[in-house]
Amino acid sequence: MKPKPVARRASTSPRRSAKLWQLHLYVAGQTPKSQTAFSNLKKFCESHLKGCYRIRVIDLVKQPQLAKGDQILATPTVVRKLPKPMRTIIGNLFDTDRVLVGLDLRPAL
Amino acid sequence: MKNALFMKNNGYKPASRAAQLPKCPTGIQGLDEITSGGLPRGRPTLVCGGAGCGKTLLAAEFLVRGAVEFGEPGVLMAFEETEAELKANVASLGFDLAGLVRSKKIVIDYVHIEPSEVQESGDYDLEGLFVRLNHAIDSIGAKRVVLDTLEVLFAGLPNQTILRSELRRLFRWLKDKGVTAVITAERGREQLTRHGLEEYVSDCVISLDHRVNDQIATRHLRVVKYRGALHGTNEFPFLIGSEGISVLPITSLALNHKVSTERIATGIHRLDAMLGGRGFFRGSSILLTGTSGTGKTIISSNFAQAAGRRGERVLFFSFEESPNQIIRNMHSIGLRLEPLVKRGLLRFQSARPSLYGLEMHLATMFKEIAAFQPHVVIIDPITSLMDAGTDSECKGMVTRLIDYLKAGQVTSLFTSLTQGGHVLQQSESAMSSLMDAWLLLQDFEGNGERNRVLYVLKARGMAHSNQIREFLISDRGIDLVDAYIGPNGVLTGSARAAQNSLEKAALLASQQEAAQLKREVERKRTALERQINGLRSDYETEALELQRIAEQVGTRTFVLNTERAASGLLRQADANVASSTRSNSRNGRH
Repeated sequence: MKPKPVARRASTSPRRSAKLWQLHLYVAGQTPKSQTAFSNLKKFCESHLKGCYRIRVIDLVKQPQLAKGDQILATPTVVRKLPKPMRTIIGNLFDTDRVLVGLDLRPAL
Repeated sequence: MKNALFMKNNGYKPASRAAQLPKCPTGIQGLDEITSGGLPRGRPTLVCGGAGCGKTLLAAEFLVRGAVEFGEPGVLMAFEETEAELKANVASLGFDLAGLVRSKKIVIDYVHIEPSEVQESGDYDLEGLFVRLNHAIDSIGAKRVVLDTLEVLFAGLPNQTILRSELRRLFRWLKDKGVTAVITAERGREQLTRHGLEEYVSDCVISLDHRVNDQIATRHLRVVKYRGALHGTNEFPFLIGSEGISVLPITSLALNHKVSTERIATGIHRLDAMLGGRGFFRGSSILLTGTSGTGKTIISSNFAQAAGRRGERVLFFSFEESPNQIIRNMHSIGLRLEPLVKRGLLRFQSARPSLYGLEMHLATMFKEIAAFQPHVVIIDPITSLMDAGTDSECKGMVTRLIDYLKAGQVTSLFTSLTQGGHVLQQSESAMSSLMDAWLLLQDFEGNGERNRVLYVLKARGMAHSNQIREFLISDRGIDLVDAYIGPNGVLTGSARAAQNSLEKAALLASQQEAAQLKREVERKRTALERQINGLRSDYETEALELQRIAEQVGTRTFVLNTERAASGLLRQADANVASSTRSNSRNGRH
């Protein structure tokens, strides 16, 4: 699972279309859980942030020293590095509504 | 299985250490004694307690001592305090955490969770935490791990089900990793920890407590559980001093110190004489009680000086006077302490009793004693410390102190201030049973003056005088004199002096009278002799006279007879001649 930068301008993005979204997905090894998370994130970004997002996947098993920087405890974790402020979502991103809230795309209900 | 084996072995060989679980020494003073060797090696230990009772410090000391003293690197995973905060906090205990981090003996990983910034979505695990911990452990080959305070996770992660199963996995993982871990947790209302962490850590649980009793706060430590090992179950007071934590296990002390038969002089000749002539035993504990101004400090100072003159080191804990004040005051009775101070034989340690709690005092004293290695320790007065704690605490403290001193063959002198009167205070009677010797100083009031007297109430293992002694303080030092004990009771001071001079006068008078009588007898004898001599010479004179007279009478009779015969012849008086002849012949017949 390589980092997959996607940088296309998206017409469907409802808000903040001008900004580039930089997302880090922290996983611990190539587990079904991490693969589910990646595919869920990809799906989410395609539908909500099409064309203006970058996903970087960080495997903590390979790069454990990176866990400290973003205060990673749980895996999988998505960190919104940009736009600021930083946001963190933990879990396999199964619940899309919560991802929307977590990424500040929709205010908490 | 391991436990059963241990139990079996322990049943047969209680003293065998090999049979016990492998222990990981904490290096924390006293804790290793209570746990007979330390925490269970390769297993997690839970340290729980309320806020501010020293959990983090205990855990940090465990790591630092492990790294410094036992060559075991450690990982500190902090959930509450940042690395910088931790470094600053433990620096106050003299731990160079920053230096240890630089020299790769310790790794600090600050784990921060901001609940407001975290959104949960779907399933997850805490593998990230495991990875971080694993990375930290492997980066320095850590043998010890501290997780301080794991419970922060409960606030940061809403999904309790996942969290609990992950914690269970974490403790399992720590065991498999073979590290000795300390996990701290907040005390809960009805259980040991707020979130029931004791459920996961079953090998060793230590509970810390910070109680305020009568305005005095004391920390306590208790080993709640230690699977597979003997441990003290009591609550032990502990304190956080400038050199870390020290637990004071009173009940672990045993009465098995060796004793000395050597005697040491008190510096007061007559007092030595009262104690069988040779003073106190070395290593004994001496209690000196007395009301205010009876000379307790003076006797103590004498004792100190005597020890200093023998070349022994003396540590003088003063809770009422400053060192300079004592030196000045002793100067007034001709006692020079400053040369001893200059030679390093006498060290004063002055502190107000209210400066800190009893345990802190005790720890400070232990530290001073360990550093100075004195032969004699003087505590003046111990009663000041009594105010800093409850009775049982004080007795416990004195017991610990005495045991500590006796173990090192240090002679200890405690002075105790009594409230006056003849009733000895409760605390004293409790304390006196701990003491080997007990001197009582008293004031005798009368004749408009107060006089100091001294008794030896008790002196274990030596013949001692039961007599009262008057205790005199002059500019040449102190002296003990026999108090007057006579038909008029016990007299001291000027009354004793008056009585003495009265007796002296009476003695002089009777001596004079005797001499007078003797002279009288002599005079009478001479008079008698003179009289006898006079009489004798009278007699002799008279006798001579009488003899002369008798001779004269004899001569006259003869002359008369001769004359009568002659005249008879002349007168022819035959009858007369015949009768005289007849009478002569009758006489001859007779």
